[in-house]
Amino acid sequence: MRAPSASDIAAGEILLSIENVSLSFGGVRAIRDVSFDIKKGEVRAIIGPNGAGKTSMLNVINGFYQPQHGRITFKGETRTKMRPYDAARGGIARTFQNVALFKGMSALDNIMAGRTLKMKRGFLWQILRVGPALTEEIEHRRRVEEIIDFLEIQAIRKVPVARLPYGLQKRVELGRALAMEPELLLLDEPMAGMNLEEKEDMSRFIIDVNDHFGTTIALIEHDMGVVMDLSDRVVVLDHGVKIADGTPDAVKANQDVIDAYLGVAH
Amino acid sequence: MASSAHAPADTFPKLLVRNARMFGDRPAMRHKDLGVWQTLTWAQLLDDVRAYATGLHRLGLKRGDTMAIVGANRPRLYASVMAAQMLGVIPVPVYADAVADELSYVMAHAEVRFAAVEDQEQVDKILSVSDRLPKLETMVYDEKRGLRDYDHTRLHAMEDVIAGGRKALAEDASLAAWLDAEIAAGKGSDTSIILYTSGTTGQSKGVVLSAERCIGAGSDTVAFDKLTERDAALAYLPLAWVGDHYLNYAQGLIAGFCMACPESGDTAMADLREIGPTFFFAPPRTFEQMLTRVTIRMEDASFLKRRMFYYFIGVARRYGEAILNKQQVPLHGRLLYWLGNVLVYAPLKNVLGLSNVRVAYTAGEAIGPDLFSFYRSLGMNLKQLYGQTEAFLYLTAQPDGQIFSDTVGPALPNVDLRIADNGEVQFRSPGQFVSYFKDDLKTKETMTPDGYVKTGDAGFFDGKTGHLKIIDRAKDVGKLKDGTLFPPKYIENKLKFFPNIREAVAYGDSRDFVAVMINIDLTAVGSWAERNNVVYGSYQELAGHPLVYDMIQKNIEEMNRSLAEDKVTAGAQVKRFLILHKELDADDGEVTRTQKVRRGFVAERYAPLIAALYDGSSEADISTEVTFEDGRKGVLAARVKIRDVATVPVAPPLGKAA
Repeated sequence: MRAPSASDIAAGEILLSIENVSLSFGGVRAIRDVSFDIKKGEVRAIIGPNGAGKTSMLNVINGFYQPQHGRITFKGETRTKMRPYDAARGGIARTFQNVALFKGMSALDNIMAGRTLKMKRGFLWQILRVGPALTEEIEHRRRVEEIIDFLEIQAIRKVPVARLPYGLQKRVELGRALAMEPELLLLDEPMAGMNLEEKEDMSRFIIDVNDHFGTTIALIEHDMGVVMDLSDRVVVLDHGVKIADGTPDAVKANQDVIDAYLGVAH
Repeated sequence: MASSAHAPADTFPKLLVRNARMFGDRPAMRHKDLGVWQTLTWAQLLDDVRAYATGLHRLGLKRGDTMAIVGANRPRLYASVMAAQMLGVIPVPVYADAVADELSYVMAHAEVRFAAVEDQEQVDKILSVSDRLPKLETMVYDEKRGLRDYDHTRLHAMEDVIAGGRKALAEDASLAAWLDAEIAAGKGSDTSIILYTSGTTGQSKGVVLSAERCIGAGSDTVAFDKLTERDAALAYLPLAWVGDHYLNYAQGLIAGFCMACPESGDTAMADLREIGPTFFFAPPRTFEQMLTRVTIRMEDASFLKRRMFYYFIGVARRYGEAILNKQQVPLHGRLLYWLGNVLVYAPLKNVLGLSNVRVAYTAGEAIGPDLFSFYRSLGMNLKQLYGQTEAFLYLTAQPDGQIFSDTVGPALPNVDLRIADNGEVQFRSPGQFVSYFKDDLKTKETMTPDGYVKTGDAGFFDGKTGHLKIIDRAKDVGKLKDGTLFPPKYIENKLKFFPNIREAVAYGDSRDFVAVMINIDLTAVGSWAERNNVVYGSYQELAGHPLVYDMIQKNIEEMNRSLAEDKVTAGAQVKRFLILHKELDADDGEVTRTQKVRRGFVAERYAPLIAALYDGSSEADISTEVTFEDGRKGVLAARVKIRDVATVPVAPPLGKAA
């Protein structure tokens, strides 16, 4: 598959659109009347100061939170309510701000877990591991091995993830999300807590995922250098309100964004 | 067994054709792809290489050209070497982890027109210096990932080149005949390969090796160690190093054994276990790391297992080597050893991947006697050899049954070895190099008027065994101010035999006493720190910890006691030491790509520290430039402590020692 160029994206098909979404927890209004869209094949960044509602936005997209108002359209289908299970089944995968892996399991098993939804045979078949279930498992294993090769984590294939350094855990988590062969990949701060070299590696993997598999990516990130280099378009949230939306250069020059980050007298 | 069969084949492509005929269905190469070992038989390999060579020819590669090979040990890169040689093109392997400057130096010096590289990383590296490589026309790459959007006018995927060649061969029958003629046109006197030295002593030099000499040397050792097509080796040593080209590539083609390529650099030790090679080479450092890993894991094992392990390792130390050397051993010793083998040695070797090893070699540096006898006592036939790129690594090796930890064995068959008046080892040998590429002056400097090659190593033949002993680089053996002999390598190696010490650099030539700079071993010291609740945030912090200093001081004092036992070395006891705040790194030019310390460069770089070692101060400031993996530079500053060490008083040096 080929990743579309910037002009393709501008004209491109909308994969997901958020229309007038609002979300509150009791009196706290996490997201207020936000609208934006994510086009097929692009890398879309969501940025904003702490508490801007970025993670809440991701949770709305993958159905973990139900917004009180607004509509979410994914692949042409509009839903007001969606469960995470449906989101996953529909082709949305994600990674978490704090790595959420099965700590005691090996890197390989963690990534295999990402294939669960793709398994056709039932639970009992899988336990027995004979006949068609075995054939199927071999096929899934092959896909997982491709991802392991892609992310260059062959050496840690059989290592329990709890024993891995943080940067590698993040990579395994990305691998698990990729194992779902998602159409839309949500990355919640993929570079948090990484050193420069790890950040560069991760950036390269994100570019490669977008390029190689044609996966659409929405990411939250605090490292502005990374955001500006990686993304095609950026949406900026501040206190739950969208304050800017556009190309990295346009966003960088936007006065509201500068104010939100540097702070002004209110 | 095959000695009659490989007599007529005087080039590697001819050997490949012979192997495809003789062992067509036997494995030639294995490679782990997507977690599964894939096998390539000799017949398939020949087929691929023929198609590849045809494809390269169609891109314009022709006899007499040079082609750079850059990357890790992958079947397609070995096939690139074979395809080049098939066309009469000279392959020039370059270290995969060489930084852009080193890479461009070698590629420009060798005037390469083509380059066969592993992946995007290498393509980018070469593109970044392309203005310095006017002769470079075409690059072919193995791993497609990330390269799709590159300008492909001068860039091709190996897969496509091979497919194109295969199609052309199928369509045009005359092409196959042409290729056969190309193979037949190769002569034994042709240059087979140019191997660049790792640059221990300055700028690397291109060592020109001819096909018949490579094959001559290789055939002799294949016979010496009785290697056959049923053997297997793990090809994990750097492709550009003479050791890999000789032990794996040349011996593999001559004997017809299978080379297994690891999945990636990081997985080599796991792959070793899965492949279970019968022929194994590793530098002492690797054996050391394996033992360190075992020791650390045993510390974490249950009480019973630990007791059992140490008890039977003790048994092995008493009887193991004697049994391996077929000497007299009392019956109860044999029985205990047998029990130990069932309970400890066999499982241990299995974990390490050494169960099937029939012949193992180590070379490159002195190996610790304890380390050496540890592996031998487990029943592994570990031996030492000595050689250099200029000799195609083929000078001495220990024959089965004559093993000593401090010798490198007698001269191999057909090798003529002598010691010059200044103690330097000189040789004439079957694998002797032809010349340094484009450097007649250096070639002349290296050759003696009567046709011997100077190794630059000082050594002597041991009176008892007749084996060669290497002391040090001839020019490195120095003297203290009072005339005491100062062999820096000898001291450094003794220190490095302590698990806590990863690297040591000794100074003392024309000085009053010997002083050393130490690099701690992060794995061993880190594990010790964990067990003893020593908290540290970085290598630098751990290296400067007073308790670590105490520990290293004890090690050095122990070494001083052992130096004092010998009259010749007693005067060279270490008086002062410091622990460096950073690891010596090849990217900073402090060690070579084969991890040998560049003493002169280190002395220059850490001049303030060396001054402080000798002026009696208890600490010194140092700031050094460091190079990160992506080539950018930064500055690392630290205050390093210096300590005195107790020495054993000795009588004034004997006249003979001075």
